Amino acid sequence: MNTGFYIAQQVINAISLGSLYALVAIGLSMVFGILRMTNFAHGDMMMVGAFGTLVLGWLGLPFGLAFLGGIAIGAIAGVIVERTAYRPVRGSADVTLLLTSLAVTYILENLGILVFSSSPRNFPIPDWMNEALQFYDGQITFTQINVATIVLTAVSLGFLGWFVTRTDAGLGMRAAAEDLGAAQLVGLDVNKLIIVAFAIASGFAGLAGILWAAQSGIVEPDMGFTPLLKAFVAAIIGGFGSIAGALLGGYILGALEVFIVAFLPSEVSPYRDAIVFALLIAFLLFRPNGLLNRTQEVKL
Amino acid sequence: MSRAAAFVATIVAVAVVAGLVAILPQLVNDYIVRVVIVMCISGVLVASMGLGNGFTGVFSLGHVGFVAVGAYVSGILSLSQAAKHSYLPDLPGWLSGITLPFLPATIVAGLVCVVLALVVGAPLMRLSGYFVSVATLGFLIIVNVVLINAVDFTRGARTFTGVPLETTLRWAAGWLVVTVIVLARVVYSPTGRRYLSVREDVIAARAVGIKVLPARLSAFTLGAFFAGVGGSLYGHYLGSFSPASFYMAYTFALISMLVIGGMQSISGALVGVVVVTVLSEVLRNLERGLDFGAFAIPPLYGASQIVLGIIFILIMIFRPSGIMGDREFGLGRFVKRKRA
Repeated sequence: MNTGFYIAQQVINAISLGSLYALVAIGLSMVFGILRMTNFAHGDMMMVGAFGTLVLGWLGLPFGLAFLGGIAIGAIAGVIVERTAYRPVRGSADVTLLLTSLAVTYILENLGILVFSSSPRNFPIPDWMNEALQFYDGQITFTQINVATIVLTAVSLGFLGWFVTRTDAGLGMRAAAEDLGAAQLVGLDVNKLIIVAFAIASGFAGLAGILWAAQSGIVEPDMGFTPLLKAFVAAIIGGFGSIAGALLGGYILGALEVFIVAFLPSEVSPYRDAIVFALLIAFLLFRPNGLLNRTQEVKL
Repeated sequence: MSRAAAFVATIVAVAVVAGLVAILPQLVNDYIVRVVIVMCISGVLVASMGLGNGFTGVFSLGHVGFVAVGAYVSGILSLSQAAKHSYLPDLPGWLSGITLPFLPATIVAGLVCVVLALVVGAPLMRLSGYFVSVATLGFLIIVNVVLINAVDFTRGARTFTGVPLETTLRWAAGWLVVTVIVLARVVYSPTGRRYLSVREDVIAARAVGIKVLPARLSAFTLGAFFAGVGGSLYGHYLGSFSPASFYMAYTFALISMLVIGGMQSISGALVGVVVVTVLSEVLRNLERGLDFGAFAIPPLYGASQIVLGIIFILIMIFRPSGIMGDREFGLGRFVKRKRA
């Protein structure tokens, strides 16, 4: 096997995985940027989005519409959680915020078990998505899902970039991330901005969840937890609270995970997650502001 | 409170517990005795978690990592030769040769956790706020990954079994008493006041000459010792367990006890254990479904956890310092209430 092709193949895998981590990490970072809150329930919006798509599919909607519907359901779920659980504790101690979101996770996952049972379910996707594209006699192979993942991530990021730089709501969100109190003083409707932030963050998570389910072929109530933890790592590597940092961190983490398995001896592979979280601890200790220094770039 | 009064109060409390332990099995059925044993084990774990998380304000999500280490270390140490031969054939010779009784195995498990806590805590206790929570969560995940992959020692993700069922009510209650006495001695001492000042204001604490890192690290390490002990008790209660037994679900269960009871007092930890355990048992029985003859409620798996989660959030909103806050139970007029 040609080494160059092997490396190219791994780079494609890394970008595909990194896109998913970036989508989840961005929402985590947006919410943290504004509320200083480590939102553990963010990962569950992946589960909500994927189940939303699944149920809409059962109701007979074509896949494309079910897909969009799933994203919308994820976004709505995020807003509901903000409104019912997070707003009452807004401004409390760090630990209170963290624990509240942990409790929300617990509730949502068990709600998932209550409604859909804890066993994984098949996630049907159109045949064309599973179609494999082969190049150079199959030395480079990827499926349409990988293509869709990368394209949809790029579109979402483009939308987000437009939103935070060109719209009033986006500028307001950045102002709120800079200083929540001051944003309120100059007359911004902070409650509305926070709802918009949660809607976008959770919609992104919903999208990531649907793509995740499409890649793995299954949905289950606790599917969001591991990606959430990875997204934490990505967001912190990049600089917690920064959108650009979360994006960078997501792709770095995707690359790291793929390369650990692809290029290191096979005895190391099972310890992949341990290495990733050791890296997280190293970053927290030596570079808690992440790779992108806050002073040099726009926060959020 | 004078020393003599405190001593008398302690003796009285221990005597009351000893009396209860002696008569309880005669009064109630086996099911309730088992619930009480689990409560005592949870009491050890939650009170020791409260030492670091509540009194020094360093909210660790990694406590269950130490519980897991305690359960596996004591389990490996107390497995019989025959069980080791059949379940863990690849164990290194120096480990497969020894079989320790319950008490030494438990103490060794606690000491292993002490060493681990010193190594892990020395860097991590420098972090604060949400950083330390995320980093200690990372520790929990690393422990889980290592347990799953250290197949020669732990059978990996498969069930670790054959651990002798030695955790009786006497052992569990005995360790709970030891834990509470040790923690109370530490918390209501000059060291404990240092913990509180570190929690309330790091800069002010430094300004009056308190070293923050040793204060946090000592609480983390002492908490880890009892986490290891509690892990050993739990392992010898279950008899068989897997790395999944000591992960997020268990972490949330213990945290909810601590937070609902109130993490700024030892009484709060114990109240939380009793309240959450009783509530979970009642809800779990309801969850299996009810039959009122004319109409029946079908089993709703997961419902009890949802109710618990909602209570947790309500506590966070309306009473963030938990049921007890920073109050302790007093033993009548023997003990003066201590304020933080």
